[in-house]
Amino acid sequence: MLNAIIPLLLDSLASAALIFFAAVGLTLVFSVLRVLNVAHGSLYSIGGYVAASACLFIASRQMNPYLSFVALLFSAVFVAAIFGPVVERSLVRWTYGKSEAVQILITFGLFLMLEDLQRMIFGVQSYYEDTPMRLLGTTNLSGVVYLNYQIVLIVMAVAVVVGLRFLIRHTRTGRLMTAVVADREMAQAVGIDTNRIFMLAFSLGVFLAALGGALATPTSGIAPGLGADTMVLAFAVAAIGGLGQIEGAAVASLIVGLARVLAIYVAPELDAVAPYAAMLVVLLIRPYGLFGSTSVRRV
Amino acid sequence: MRTILAAAGILVIAALPLVAPWLQFVLTLAVAKGFAALGVAVLLRAGLISIGHAMFFAASAYGVTFLARLGVNDFAVLLAVSVLAAAAVGAIVGSFLVRYRAIFFAMLNLAVSMVFYALCAKLYGVTGGTDGMPVPIPTIFGISLGEAAFKQVLFYVSLMLIVIVGAAVHRYLDSPLGHALSAVHTNEIRLEYLGIPVWAVLLIAYVISAALAGLGGAIAGFAIGRVVPDFAFWTASGHLVLVAVLGGIGGVPGAFIGAFFLELLHSAAVTVTDAWNLVVGAALIIVIMFLPRGFYGFFEREKASAL
Amino acid sequence: MKPAILETKDIHVAFNGVKAADGVNLRVGEGEFLAVIGPNGSGKTTLLNICTGYIKPQSGRVCLEGKDITRLGPRAIARRGVARAFQIPQLFSDQRVIDNMMLALAAKDGLWSAIRPLETEARHQEATRLLELVGLADDAKRISRTLPEGHRKLLDIAVAMALKPRLLLLDEPTSGVSVLERFPLMEALMAALRQARITALFVEHDMEVVARYANRVLVWNAGQIMAEGRPDDVFSDARVLERVVGVA
Repeated sequence: MLNAIIPLLLDSLASAALIFFAAVGLTLVFSVLRVLNVAHGSLYSIGGYVAASACLFIASRQMNPYLSFVALLFSAVFVAAIFGPVVERSLVRWTYGKSEAVQILITFGLFLMLEDLQRMIFGVQSYYEDTPMRLLGTTNLSGVVYLNYQIVLIVMAVAVVVGLRFLIRHTRTGRLMTAVVADREMAQAVGIDTNRIFMLAFSLGVFLAALGGALATPTSGIAPGLGADTMVLAFAVAAIGGLGQIEGAAVASLIVGLARVLAIYVAPELDAVAPYAAMLVVLLIRPYGLFGSTSVRRV
Repeated sequence: MRTILAAAGILVIAALPLVAPWLQFVLTLAVAKGFAALGVAVLLRAGLISIGHAMFFAASAYGVTFLARLGVNDFAVLLAVSVLAAAAVGAIVGSFLVRYRAIFFAMLNLAVSMVFYALCAKLYGVTGGTDGMPVPIPTIFGISLGEAAFKQVLFYVSLMLIVIVGAAVHRYLDSPLGHALSAVHTNEIRLEYLGIPVWAVLLIAYVISAALAGLGGAIAGFAIGRVVPDFAFWTASGHLVLVAVLGGIGGVPGAFIGAFFLELLHSAAVTVTDAWNLVVGAALIIVIMFLPRGFYGFFEREKASAL
Repeated sequence: MKPAILETKDIHVAFNGVKAADGVNLRVGEGEFLAVIGPNGSGKTTLLNICTGYIKPQSGRVCLEGKDITRLGPRAIARRGVARAFQIPQLFSDQRVIDNMMLALAAKDGLWSAIRPLETEARHQEATRLLELVGLADDAKRISRTLPEGHRKLLDIAVAMALKPRLLLLDEPTSGVSVLERFPLMEALMAALRQARITALFVEHDMEVVARYANRVLVWNAGQIMAEGRPDDVFSDARVLERVVGVA
């Protein structure tokens, strides 16, 4: 009995961790900037491509294979540093205060451009680079074999939740972000440099997306179309949790991860349907997501 | 004046394949996307953005193949029934979704369409999975045609439908219901206080927009000869919104101007570069930033500034 | 005593513990022109929100011509013949002035045509007549967003009139309207109301307007009716003078 449940649970948690990485940046950016970034999935896949390329480079130069762990992290930093400030300043900033339709379309335009850029730079072949996963090996627990990398993913996801909480509650930048989220105009009025906060928050969102892509590469590889697939998945998770709710995204990831793994065990053909079906059910009952809230228009 | 322009435009498009026969397929596809984009544009008038209308596009194309499998083989019947099917799906989905606004409306449309997409891709026995299903060549009023002849008929029928359906949609937008639809965008409170049921106004618009997307999907299915789940993928929905916005949501011609422009540009661009999405993405951003009313806005600008 | 068109019975509403209506019994008689006055923040707009179903009272009942409408929403109440003009004009600001009017007229008589155009000869005439009444005939073709605030206010009233209501609720009809236009507007409005036999309840700040046009005044304070009666009686009440009319 336990032998059947524990692998299922571990699979669910690892799956949830990867889903969480895809969604958390999206929801963070939405909470601070009030912009739904449709290009978020592309930044995720770019993170994956850069990480895979870096790991392949390390392998080809016969460098210490443990450097690939560093490479995973630095790929995310690299992508965030390149795309975060530039995209926020040039495109996203222009959409502040504009209608959702405009925001969705501008970032959809960005999504289209990034998809082609990836194809031009990284080609159309799939990348499989699982050095980091192989290095960590497996654990044999009462006859069932676990990938240690899965445990690392789960630990990393928990670390991100805790880290973000700490950042938001206990650092100056985080408190400024909270102030901007609570009342943007008031924050501006008391002299908070909201533009700087927006740029930081957006770059942090890009970093989390790219980190997700980088961490996912060793387990699932990367292929064209990943950005588009990740985008809707991230969307679904963020919506289930309530757009802008980081803890909500964590809970939603667990739900979706569990739903997916259950689907794989029970009815494999429904695996891809599970996240969207979950999203549909949750949104029809609670349109603002599990943890979301809304304000009512007054006459 | 504008009627003359529109008539001239249609005549030019009708004549193009006589000069360059390979354009016929491209133009038929443009008409198909134009109808679907018009459907999206109808909802955009109420300020509602749907990233899920490719579902109706696909549903209708699948409807054609299902009907064909049941033995229906008449072009007009296939077209009419599949459009009605899309409208029926629209009525069911719409009755749930018209309560929502802004990003939630966009997201729920996305969610529904992705469930549809995933089901189409996974239910191999019913939909043929990711391979999709072939769309047969139907008979037209009992006459069976060869493929080339049918595609030609399809093209000219679609052009005719632009005129007929376009005029009907134009009248709808100018009717009390159409004005009420635009009013949803600016002031729902006043609408309620006028005693106008906003949900009914939106549901009618939603069904019309689903039917338009369905009409486009059926035409596309016939033109391509195959329907695949990718018809319903969210990026396809995004493209429909893109076409509607590029063309300008000001009126009926906008969606078709956008579709013809994009498809023609596409066939020109593929000979030069394969970075088509890069071009379209950049064009979309530029149009939104600098031409908020789309290409159609060019024609309307004079009228707007005279006010 | 004339039959009541609108009655509230022991209405209670509180927002976060602040009482906006605390046991209110209000009665609007057929053909009356009832003014509601009171200090800012005393809940006058809340009263209109309750009467039109925008806010549901926590207890008590609202009756329209004897029928309970407490649980109905703004749309259903509007269809029963109650129209409202807002303190902040609620317009279709991207549409032309005349289209605002014609949509209101269509809401009354023929929304469900998706084929015939909004603009018909009859609607155009009626819309123009009402616009002339409030002095906006020259602005008919303008996009309503571009109107000055005072004119937006007038349009908002005209839109409410277009519904041919039995009861018209006006939220500060003369605020934002220039002093010069204030009395001509009220004269025209009164004439139109009388002619169409429309009963009206209006929230107002301008005591001169109240004194001249209301046949009954209701003084609202802290969620309760503090005094009511004929304008001269109410304005001679010392408590009212102190609370509402103030030093003026």
